[in-house]
Amino acid sequence: MTETKQHGETVQTESRSAIEIRNLSTYYGDFRALDDINLTVDPMTVTALIGPSGCGKSTLIRVLNRMNDYIDGFRVEGQVLVDGQDIYDKKVNVEQLRKRVGMVFQKPNPFPKSIFENVAYGLKIQGIKEKSFIEERVVKSLQQVVLWDEVKDNLKKNAFGLSGGQQQRLCIARTLAVEPSIVLMDEPTSALDPISTAKIEELVFELKSQYTFVIVTHNMQQAARISDKTAFFYMGNLIEVGDTQQIFTNPGVKRTEYYIRGQFG
Amino acid sequence: MTNSGRNRLIDRAFSVWGVVSTFIGIALLLMFIGIILYDGLGRINWAFFTSLPSRFPEKAGIYTSMVGTLWIVVLTLILSLPLGISAAIYLEEYAKKGRFSNILEINISNLAGVPSIIYGLLGLQIFSRTMGLGGNLLAGAFTLALLVLPIIIVATREAIRAVPGSIKDASYALGATKWQTIWLQVLPGASGGIMTGVILALSRAVGEAAPLIVVGALAYVPFVPASPMDQYSVLPIQIFNWISRPQAGFSTNAAAGILILLAITLAMNLVAVYYRSRYQRKSN
Repeated sequence: MTETKQHGETVQTESRSAIEIRNLSTYYGDFRALDDINLTVDPMTVTALIGPSGCGKSTLIRVLNRMNDYIDGFRVEGQVLVDGQDIYDKKVNVEQLRKRVGMVFQKPNPFPKSIFENVAYGLKIQGIKEKSFIEERVVKSLQQVVLWDEVKDNLKKNAFGLSGGQQQRLCIARTLAVEPSIVLMDEPTSALDPISTAKIEELVFELKSQYTFVIVTHNMQQAARISDKTAFFYMGNLIEVGDTQQIFTNPGVKRTEYYIRGQFG
Repeated sequence: MTNSGRNRLIDRAFSVWGVVSTFIGIALLLMFIGIILYDGLGRINWAFFTSLPSRFPEKAGIYTSMVGTLWIVVLTLILSLPLGISAAIYLEEYAKKGRFSNILEINISNLAGVPSIIYGLLGLQIFSRTMGLGGNLLAGAFTLALLVLPIIIVATREAIRAVPGSIKDASYALGATKWQTIWLQVLPGASGGIMTGVILALSRAVGEAAPLIVVGALAYVPFVPASPMDQYSVLPIQIFNWISRPQAGFSTNAAAGILILLAITLAMNLVAVYYRSRYQRKSN
């Protein structure tokens, strides 16, 4: 335990997929939310999950860091491999998994604490007490999301004083501070104005050389702009997945085309 | 025309009736406070706070019963707070939603409405007799803790439920355990609501006489309790005792005691109101 902590991240020997989903079905009680999904996500890419409301894309993204564990009656069949490890295996430590697979939510949800404490939270709950280490990581994370210049004089101020776009970038910084390898984003810009949205998209584009992104979005242009791969879901089924370019210009399935063109959904 | 005229008349009549209903309650309360003030205010002086009970009304004071009330409130708080908050956390965060938790929930809500004398009888059997505590402070505090426990649980649950799920999600997503999330996010977020509930619960405990009489609180205590194992009296019982005396001097004493009791509960409620408003401002 301590050894892996001290030596930091595990060495990746080969460029295998970051996430591999095999025959995944999920249930809320009797209701099947996802039906036999197979999907792989390559490291250092952006994968967009699109589809109409209730199609299962949010369920899928929350499966990837087991955020659905707290929902009574939620059940998973099949396998979800993250870095080759089945995350639904009994031996998996869920807290450790979530450090590797971070998540940014639909609405900015900073803690009712100072800007600094927000970013430091993920480190402090790991029991890290070294002040200089925490400070270093906080500064680095805020710089990564291009928020540092805006908040460097106000680190002690409550995070609620920030604008919506700044809050969302703070939430991304908070996620990056624990050094995940995968970042999940569940409609990260749906509550933001166009300028803030553009900033977040720019961020994702810049950060994808270091992180693997999976993004749920209702915004077709956004999916087209920032993702490498796009997966289209409908009624719990994965209808089509492929290179974003191809999905948007030459989809293989009619329903995908209709959805992308805005004819239903 | 006549129809709408009639409807407007009914409307007016009801609004007048509503005002009358509202003011009947307030008027009676003001009258009561006025009478008590008239009877008791002149009796309140420093000696009234520092004197022991006495056969002579002008020498009698509330010293022992005040100290008894203080003991009871603090002990009740110590006993009920950890239990109440833990139970609420379990019910909100850990218990699986289902038939069992529904039954628990209904029972706890109902317990909050059980007459206090019933708790007294329960306390008499369990604490005074079976546990052998007799009529000491601890037996009284245990009994009152039972009485206020449902109130604390219900208030704490509501406060916990008011903490946004998005905050909990954020904590979990950063790798926090359930306990860390509860301790670092949920409880601080709910603290204002919990405080309010606890203070209101205690202000109820302060005013209780019936269950304490049943578990052996005394009407005449010429000494100050020094430990939880001592005998005691509390303000409401002292007041009750004075009122039942024939001499006029004692009913003056009772009025003065009521004023002190009112002041204590009013102060506690004000603190609760203050916390509630501060808490609401914070969460906006």
